[in-house]
Amino acid sequence: MIHIDLTDQPIGVADALRSVETDGAGAINTFIGTVRNRSTGRAVVRLEYEAYDSMALHQLRKVAEQAVAQWPMLQKVTVIHRKGTLHIGDVAVVVAVSTPHRAESFAACQYIIDTLKQVVTIWKKEFYEDGDVWVAAHP
Amino acid sequence: MRLNIALFGVAREIVGQPSLEIETAAGQSAQGLLSELHARYPALATLSSLAVAVNNEYAADDAPLHERDEIALIPPVSGG
Repeated sequence: MIHIDLTDQPIGVADALRSVETDGAGAINTFIGTVRNRSTGRAVVRLEYEAYDSMALHQLRKVAEQAVAQWPMLQKVTVIHRKGTLHIGDVAVVVAVSTPHRAESFAACQYIIDTLKQVVTIWKKEFYEDGDVWVAAHP
Repeated sequence: MRLNIALFGVAREIVGQPSLEIETAAGQSAQGLLSELHARYPALATLSSLAVAVNNEYAADDAPLHERDEIALIPPVSGG
């Protein structure tokens, strides 16, 4: 009921949605994170995601398990994160959850993406026309 | 004891290599290791945060390290 993946291939959003379908769910909620063309006022050309794979997979699973503990009605959870080089509009992350009713699906989906951003060992480097920056590295 | 430390992201770029071997006192803590690394690579101290991971978990400051541990430096994460 928990599916976690870290991939250097394009994420299949339709497959991710299908993976949380279940007869007991009246709600499927998804978050799709995509690559934006601007960051802090600068035009972004591309991104590179680097991961500490074993820890990222372990922490992603822990985040999903924490969500299940907090919302025991969660039926299925899928979290897939890209790594490698991404361009504007590419899908960087998909979180999909299914629950009997909609309120918990919104809450659980938001918890998972918010917590992922705080703890999962993935690093994003933004490339601009005139330089590059590791996001959040410096105050 | 000799520790092998995996490096990622900006920490990998600061040190200039993907991993680091360091000789340190037996029972060295995560915080003690960070202090040693800050002295060798002062640019690490300019980061917003720097954590030590042991066997895929974030280590507490006073957690003792062991030679067989899988140790990594974790600069500020930015997934999502």
